Amino acid sequence: MATLGEPILRVENLVKHFSITQGILFKKKIGAVQAVDGVSFELHRGETLGIVGESGCGKSTLAKLLMRLEHPTSGRAILNDKDIFKMSGGELRRLRRNVQMVMQDPYTSLNPRMTVGDIIGEPYNIHTEVAPKGDRSRRIQELLELVGLNPEHINRYPHQFSGGQRQRIGIARALALKPEIIVCDEPVSALDVSIQAQVINLLEKLQNELALSYIFIAHDLSVVRHISDRVGVMYLGKIVEIGTEDEIYQRPTHPYTQALLSAVPMPDPDARLHRDIIRLEGDVPSPANPPSGCRFRTRCWKAQEKCATEEPLLIRRAVEPHPSACHFAELRHVVA
Amino acid sequence: MSSDFETVAATELHTATRGPQGEPNAPGQPHTMETQKPRSAGADAWRELRRKPLFWIGVAIAAVVVVMAAFPSLFTSADPTVCPLSRRMGGPSGEAIFGYDVQGCDVFAKAVYGTKNSVMIGGGAALLAGVVGMLLGLTAGFFGSWWDGIVSRIIDIVLGLPLLLAGIVFMKRVSNAGGGETARIVALIAILGLLGWTTAARVIRASVITAKQQDYVQAARMLGAGNGRIMWRHILPNAIAPFTVIITMALGAFIAAEATLSFLGVGLVPPSQSWGLAISEANPYKREDFVPLLVPSAFLALTVLAFIILGDTIREAFDPKLR
Amino acid sequence: MTNLQVGGDQPAGQHLLEVRDLFVEFHTRDGVAKVINGVSYHLDAGETLAVLGESGSGKSVTAQAIMGILDMPPAKIPKGQIFYNGDDLLKMAENRRRDIRGKDISMIFQDALSALNPVFSVGWQISETLRTRTEMSKDAAMKRAIELMDLVKIPGAKTRVKDYPHQFSGGMRQRVMIAMSLAMDPKVLIADEPTTALDVTVQAQIMDLLADLRRDLNMGMILITHDLGVVADVADRIAVMYAGRIIEHADVHSIYKQPAHPYTRGLLDSIPRLDHKGTELATIKGLPPNLMRLPTGCKYHPRCPYVQKPICVDEEPRSLNLGNGRTSACHFAKEMLDGNLG
Repeated sequence: MATLGEPILRVENLVKHFSITQGILFKKKIGAVQAVDGVSFELHRGETLGIVGESGCGKSTLAKLLMRLEHPTSGRAILNDKDIFKMSGGELRRLRRNVQMVMQDPYTSLNPRMTVGDIIGEPYNIHTEVAPKGDRSRRIQELLELVGLNPEHINRYPHQFSGGQRQRIGIARALALKPEIIVCDEPVSALDVSIQAQVINLLEKLQNELALSYIFIAHDLSVVRHISDRVGVMYLGKIVEIGTEDEIYQRPTHPYTQALLSAVPMPDPDARLHRDIIRLEGDVPSPANPPSGCRFRTRCWKAQEKCATEEPLLIRRAVEPHPSACHFAELRHVVA
Repeated sequence: MSSDFETVAATELHTATRGPQGEPNAPGQPHTMETQKPRSAGADAWRELRRKPLFWIGVAIAAVVVVMAAFPSLFTSADPTVCPLSRRMGGPSGEAIFGYDVQGCDVFAKAVYGTKNSVMIGGGAALLAGVVGMLLGLTAGFFGSWWDGIVSRIIDIVLGLPLLLAGIVFMKRVSNAGGGETARIVALIAILGLLGWTTAARVIRASVITAKQQDYVQAARMLGAGNGRIMWRHILPNAIAPFTVIITMALGAFIAAEATLSFLGVGLVPPSQSWGLAISEANPYKREDFVPLLVPSAFLALTVLAFIILGDTIREAFDPKLR
Repeated sequence: MTNLQVGGDQPAGQHLLEVRDLFVEFHTRDGVAKVINGVSYHLDAGETLAVLGESGSGKSVTAQAIMGILDMPPAKIPKGQIFYNGDDLLKMAENRRRDIRGKDISMIFQDALSALNPVFSVGWQISETLRTRTEMSKDAAMKRAIELMDLVKIPGAKTRVKDYPHQFSGGMRQRVMIAMSLAMDPKVLIADEPTTALDVTVQAQIMDLLADLRRDLNMGMILITHDLGVVADVADRIAVMYAGRIIEHADVHSIYKQPAHPYTRGLLDSIPRLDHKGTELATIKGLPPNLMRLPTGCKYHPRCPYVQKPICVDEEPRSLNLGNGRTSACHFAKEMLDGNLG
């Protein structure tokens, strides 16, 4: 792996609890969904940080928090020496220019009533200082070309494009303000297999040309390995293991990471024969009522009493130099 | 590999202007970069509308109705208030193409002169209901929380008021106060509009709530768009379709409601002219002669139809998927 | 346009289920979409056939035609036969067909939540078929429902039988769906993207369960999916569909080792791997074709890296028999296998 650039985003102990309320007029708090519960990581310039996890692990909430669509219960995210959650007014506008997002569903993320030109040009209408009016249509066409679309299609509407092309439109919109960081929330999971590769390659090409940093959120572990420099594995609102792509996939030490990797079906009928098969029992518990201590212990084959009483911290363990949140972290090669 | 993207771009579109299976550009070959002027959605809709015959039919009828309301004497030389009983129930003739009604008034002239009041009351009430319904429904759906609670309760209360009963009580006061024709028209617009906005508000509130949850609204928020832009550019265009249907249909319903109130004696009173009055006057005698009932009813139906056609074609023209 | 049948020209009745030269069109306002263009495949007891394809390839429509749940109109079957135990389902009277549907051939869907009725308990829903289609009493049917829930490994079946769908997690709901589909002891189970909506650890459980059930109950299973990984784990044979045709058919080992159609090879090359990071992904250029305006000749030729004019543009390739039950609808299938192409 290439040497890391300097950190540009530092997330510290981020927490988001959604209250569950009851009653119509007088709302009473009866509980909280602990969607994100103490997440910390650093994003370096020019790198891709993959975040993997199953539904309910809080990865999408994490994206919304970083995009300031939700306000955190506590925690900080430091970008250029400033906490993004304390920003407002002009500072918030600059943040919007600096951090953008590519959304999962290319069918619902584009306004069906707007032309492609209007969609990609909207950032310029909001941030008028970025591009003078006369310059906008040229810039829009350049963006279309950059993402591999025909610039002549500026007056078409989203429904005239395929899913893969729509995702390119969404990427062009995210690029319009020349951000440094792009949060990709499952950007290829709604696309067909043969189209996925095109979009992944595009994202990699753009990263090289524009020196972007990606936070790449996905459930597909193969895709995440391909695109990421470092990977964080989330389970029930917490990062359970984080490290370089090689560390997570070749030398995982957390049992959840190992089980996750083992469950991924491989496009190779012979792989099954010499693969280490771990099958977890049951489903992910509800984040409204997570298990005490280690959250994974209810599905873990190694669980002992200590796991129920003492929460394992995400720290470097003796077996491996990358952080893992397991009391009994040990190396196990799951991926052949 | 980068040339691959261009090939993709050139071949991907199903609807490529080059024809069904447009030849892919050779890799590396530059695009024909003719700089296209971006068009607005409004211009696209107008280009679409211009080609629709149905739209022009609607426009034509609506234009006739408006001219008729403004200058009724262009359409008939007869005076609808001159009603000698000697002409009572007189059949069609060269002077009165639809004959005379039970009072001896010219049926066609009455309908022509009734246009102004009917259109004013129906249109005014629809406009009022539309504005009130739109403002309350849009803000309630968009901002939610306590404001939505208040608006929803108001809607429940207003829906609970029986239109006719409230209309009778209100209009009775107006006539007791000795209001003239103008006062009665204003009062009718006010009472119909203020009681009739609830369905429109409910419909737009529901579609705003749906539209608000769409990803493209979140995308706009992430770009830093303010509430005004989000409502105006992203939510309203995607939420307005059912609203236009409700309002165009309400227009007809309001004209009919004016007729009912007039029939009950609390709406307009003779010598005022309106389709509602004409219909209610002719109704008891429909077995003897149905023409005096038919003519104002036909005017009413045709007008409502014209507005429904207009509402529908405009709505379709603004929906890119239907083009 | 007759395809060479997979497995040769046997008379009807040799296989448990056989689709022969099936065509399906959808008549819409905008024109006729040719969704299935001559599909043939067969299934025997105790084996798993995977039908692999992207959206619009016709993989699900074929299954819907077998089940007889296509909406006709807009769908139309201008040509083709579907044999179940030697009888053509398409020529059968509707009441006989209804007997077979759900009893001999049953189907599970991707979205278990919307396939279950939220106002009835799962036990009631599993036992419903038994009560309405057999003479079974209410109590006996409920008992059988518990057995079925045990069979699909729902823990505590006895206590959970009275629970409602929303009280189950996604994976458990899919198990309930599977239990329902097994109620009548079907001979053929069609699973349409059964794990696409599930998490990867739960997906693994469900795929294991389906494989076990197929073996224990000696059913024939058709697994419809877009996921090349899922297929490799459970299928015996694979039929790859593109633009309404089976463009390649082979046993699971051969196809992954040596694809005989450029599209299959393109798919395999374009997926990122779990076992190594890899460099730039190979891509298949362009898009799946518009079914209203299919290309001439080979439907894949506008995207094919090995396209040769004029043959690929002018002539639709027949399904070439490559031996051992392998077929490929490519003019250059033999060259591909010999490694003389690309």
